[in-house]
Amino acid sequence: MAKSAILKSSLAKKYWMALTGLFLCLFLVGHLAGNLQLIFSDALHFNEYALFMTTNPVVKLLSYLTYISILFHAVDGIMLTVQNRKARPIRYAKEDSSANSAWASRNMAVLGTLILVFIVTHMVNFWAVMHFDKNMPLQTIHITYQGQEMDMYVTTNDGKYIPTDLSNTGLEIRNHKEFYDAAANLKMAEGIKDLHKITFAFFKDAKYGLIATILYVIAMFVLAFHLLHGFASAFQSLGANNPKYNGLIKGFGKGFAIIVPLLFAIIPVYIHFFAK
Amino acid sequence: MSLDSKIPEGHISDKWTDYKDHLKLVAPNNRPKIDIIVVGTGLAGASAAASLGEMGYNVKAFCFQDSPRRAHSIAAQGGINAAKNYQNDGDSVFRLFYDTIKGGDYRAREANVHRLAEVSGNIIDQCVAQGVPFARDYGGLLDNRSFGGTQVQRTFYAAGQTGQQLLLGAYSALSRQIGLGRVKMYNRHEMLDLVKVDGKARGIIARNLITGEIERHSAHAVIIASGGYGNVYFLSTNAMGSNVTAAWKIHKQGAYFANPCYVQIHPTCIPVHGTNQSKLTLMSESLRNSGRIWVPKKKEDAEAIRAGKLKPTQIAEEDRDYYLERRYPAFGNLVPRDVASRAAKERCDAGYGIEANSTNEGVYLDFASEIQSKGRQTAYAQGNHNPSDEEVISLGKKWIEEKYGNLFQMYEKITDENPYETPMKIYPAVHYTMGGVWVDYNLQSTIPGCFVAGEANFSDHGANRLGASALMQGLADGYFVLPYTVSNYLADEIRTGTIPTNSPEFDEAEKKVKDSINFFLNNNGTKSVDHFHKALGDIMWNKVGMGRNEQGLTEAVAEIDALRKEFFKEVYVPGSADELNPELEKALRVADFMELGQLMAMDALQRKESCGGHFREEYQDAEGETLRDDENFKFVGAWEYHGSDINKEELHKEELNYEFIKIAARNYK
Amino acid sequence: MASSKFININLKIWRQKNAKEKGKIETYRLDKVSTDSSFLEMLDQLNEQLVSERKEPVAFDHDCREGICGMCSLFINGRAHGPDTGITTCQLHMRMFKDNDTIFVEPWRSKAFPVVKDLVVDRSAFDRIQQAGGFVSVNTSGNTIDANATPVPKHDADRAFEAAACIGCGACVATCKNGSAMLFVGAKVSQYALLPQGKVEATQRVLNMVRQMDEEGFGNCTNTGACEVECPKGISLENIARMNREYLVASIK
Repeated sequence: MAKSAILKSSLAKKYWMALTGLFLCLFLVGHLAGNLQLIFSDALHFNEYALFMTTNPVVKLLSYLTYISILFHAVDGIMLTVQNRKARPIRYAKEDSSANSAWASRNMAVLGTLILVFIVTHMVNFWAVMHFDKNMPLQTIHITYQGQEMDMYVTTNDGKYIPTDLSNTGLEIRNHKEFYDAAANLKMAEGIKDLHKITFAFFKDAKYGLIATILYVIAMFVLAFHLLHGFASAFQSLGANNPKYNGLIKGFGKGFAIIVPLLFAIIPVYIHFFAK
Repeated sequence: MSLDSKIPEGHISDKWTDYKDHLKLVAPNNRPKIDIIVVGTGLAGASAAASLGEMGYNVKAFCFQDSPRRAHSIAAQGGINAAKNYQNDGDSVFRLFYDTIKGGDYRAREANVHRLAEVSGNIIDQCVAQGVPFARDYGGLLDNRSFGGTQVQRTFYAAGQTGQQLLLGAYSALSRQIGLGRVKMYNRHEMLDLVKVDGKARGIIARNLITGEIERHSAHAVIIASGGYGNVYFLSTNAMGSNVTAAWKIHKQGAYFANPCYVQIHPTCIPVHGTNQSKLTLMSESLRNSGRIWVPKKKEDAEAIRAGKLKPTQIAEEDRDYYLERRYPAFGNLVPRDVASRAAKERCDAGYGIEANSTNEGVYLDFASEIQSKGRQTAYAQGNHNPSDEEVISLGKKWIEEKYGNLFQMYEKITDENPYETPMKIYPAVHYTMGGVWVDYNLQSTIPGCFVAGEANFSDHGANRLGASALMQGLADGYFVLPYTVSNYLADEIRTGTIPTNSPEFDEAEKKVKDSINFFLNNNGTKSVDHFHKALGDIMWNKVGMGRNEQGLTEAVAEIDALRKEFFKEVYVPGSADELNPELEKALRVADFMELGQLMAMDALQRKESCGGHFREEYQDAEGETLRDDENFKFVGAWEYHGSDINKEELHKEELNYEFIKIAARNYK
Repeated sequence: MASSKFININLKIWRQKNAKEKGKIETYRLDKVSTDSSFLEMLDQLNEQLVSERKEPVAFDHDCREGICGMCSLFINGRAHGPDTGITTCQLHMRMFKDNDTIFVEPWRSKAFPVVKDLVVDRSAFDRIQQAGGFVSVNTSGNTIDANATPVPKHDADRAFEAAACIGCGACVATCKNGSAMLFVGAKVSQYALLPQGKVEATQRVLNMVRQMDEEGFGNCTNTGACEVECPKGISLENIARMNREYLVASIK
């Protein structure tokens, strides 16, 4: 009884929606903290952070959890929507829904679908590039050494720099980021991928930068509406409804729904219009 | 046939216990072999069906609504009486018994009423155990309030929705049995006749209201719990579907109909607004705990109010006539319903009515004093010993809202007036029928195997029912009386086996039902059913209403007779028999109301006295109070059907003996 | 009642012969409707008119006409029980409408509430949910403990009463964009969960009632809150949350 109750029942679907949704809210906070470094930190630190996020085992585990959550949230949402539509085979000729409910609450499926589309494009634009693109640049640094100016690759091995001009070093890059002593077939160091650069390039692109920025901002509007209902709704679904604290939850939810997407949206706008 | 009420011997307080101890039982293994039909799922029906199902009988329950939870018991507002004496104000079983007999103007059976008082405490225990959320105080214990006709606080309540909560309690018990397969529920089914085999009730003919199918259902006993017949007046506080058909059909099959003229006119209803009105809305009697009833002292003020030139709040305190407090200082605004209603009629007839409808019928129910006093009390309790007027009023309104919020809201929705600011307008309306099918102590009618419970029977309220007693009676009958007495009857039926439904008796009953349906559908009349129902209601309200006299009643008998003939000639019923057809349902019901209405007038005519809800203008004292005639009319008038000419009905008398209560003039002064 | 007047209206009413046949919206004109009439009295008037024209009257559910039995339904101008809150259709008055208004009248729309005829729907799904667990398993012997033997904190008793005030009309289902019955079920679960008498079998109750609710084909709650707004008895969303809580605990027990 209890097993099928927690997996199949209508209420169980709500719990999963709520749990995955809240987890994704946490993810948003983490993601935002990272992204804000695009404004408040330099490229090197940002890329080091990106490296950490893609290699740390705990973070990796969390990221897999995030992928699963997104998938589950989406699949569960689609199933709910399909089922809910079946629950009313004949629609009303006239409906005045605005009299009793908020627009966002009635359009979670549409908002969610748009967000899903955004997530996919977003991952194609950044996540896939970061992980698979052969032309993914590596982080470089411009230094003056013994009175000589030069560009060096920054590697994960502390303090080890490798000249960008590999011609006299006997080194070569394999697997997009590994520096090998070609003769000895020995891995000498690993470069740090320059996510910062491709992000800036993406939003500052002469041709598509503006449209990308606008679309990103729109996506954040969609996210805001989704959160506007979703955040407090998750608490309700999990049974947390107490008149004493409802104001707090709703207030916090509203704040969250406005502030988080707003901060996300500021970043591409900053990059496109203000960053050098 | 002579009427044997089967009242057991012994002292009044031992009768029921002794009797119960000697009733025959049906062993648990035999109960599944026995079928019982319950018609109606109000408090009496639902509780009976649940209890009998739980015992192990095969129960079939019927209701015409789409769910048993909709029965009109749900609309009872104020509360339920029980002799618990939780408030330590001197209440006892005897006192509840005494108040009920007195409230009924000494026209109810002592033994039945005492039994009712005895089991009243169990009802509360039972309901609390079922999860009925009665009002509680801050100590977590049950709260009580006062109702008309009593000087103790014995009324348990759940805001203004006590009937709803009790019915949902009974419905939950019934649902449990349906879920367990012990009760089979037939929603949207209407009983259209009783089937008798060898003189015993053996089943019913019911119409499936959705498909129109005429169904036969057999049983070893039939319980009728179909409520009262207030809708004979067309306008009443009853639900639109409330009808007398089930009770009337068994009357036609031989069950005597007792005291049909005893009708309760409830004093606090929202006045009539127009000709399209379909029903009257009750404002709970509990409001009389806090509200004061008045009309202007000066006729010119009343006229000015009706003309819209004056507002009630502009009438000075000394120009108001708090006529109940004036006439009945001991009980004041909490006199019994019949007394309060008549007093309102007296004032309005004298020209002091304040409602601007065609009859000027309306009086004020004013909460201003209570808002003041409760506001002051609350302020004091909050430590504010010198509250400003605004604070007092605001606290007072809050107090009122907590107590009666839903009623005030309901009033405002209907009338578009805010009762916190201006007094409510109220007027009496038909509410409850004390008369009903005659039953003995076992609640069995004069047809063996046909039991009648709740408002449908006549047994417990005499000529007037006290507030908060109907719920008590319904549940007492269903939970605590019928399970014993029906079992006693069924003890002789364990060898009978299933009753076949293909007998000639079922054939005949079904044919009769089908014939009457076909008659209406093929009748080529021109007028709607409602047209006739309203005409009947007019005659009833004007001539068999709050004030009755010989001339009016004689006219009423003749007028109803004529109206009935016209009805059968002129009524038009659209649609067909094999579909949901509300017009057809109404036609079948109104046909029965016509016959009943005539009998009511005849009963009122023969009762040459005034008692309780039956007020014969010829029989009143100098102050306009009822004059009972105990010498000649201390009896239950039970009518026997003798064919479609209602004038031929025969009156049987069951003498009422008062052994344990000293019969006296009812005095609330 | 002081401002009584008459209006003329256009009605667009769903007509459907029976459960099997298809229905459609029909238009009617009704003149001289008193603004003091209730909405159902207006429909009575329409039916009188139809009967006098020898046409089939409109079937609609109604009984007590004082807002407590829960029998009346009707989706009026896009809203359950019409354009007002805290009331049932029988308590809706024509003063809410203006002269020459066009009023849409439709039945409750839900897979679990099939149309029986015209505006009448079958709500027995609610009964079956109640039968699955909406009760305290106590026999009706009357030999229970004294009613005052178990004090119930006033706060709990009051919350239980508020939940129990549900009239089972189905407005929550009708108004919910998902056709969800969770306010109804939540209210019933809450009433019993809040009272010591009901706590004993709370686990089984919530599991059984939710299972039955799902089987009936109701949709899922997405917390839009429309049900709470349209509920004639103002049943709070808190009750759904309480059911969620009860169910969560019950299913991991």
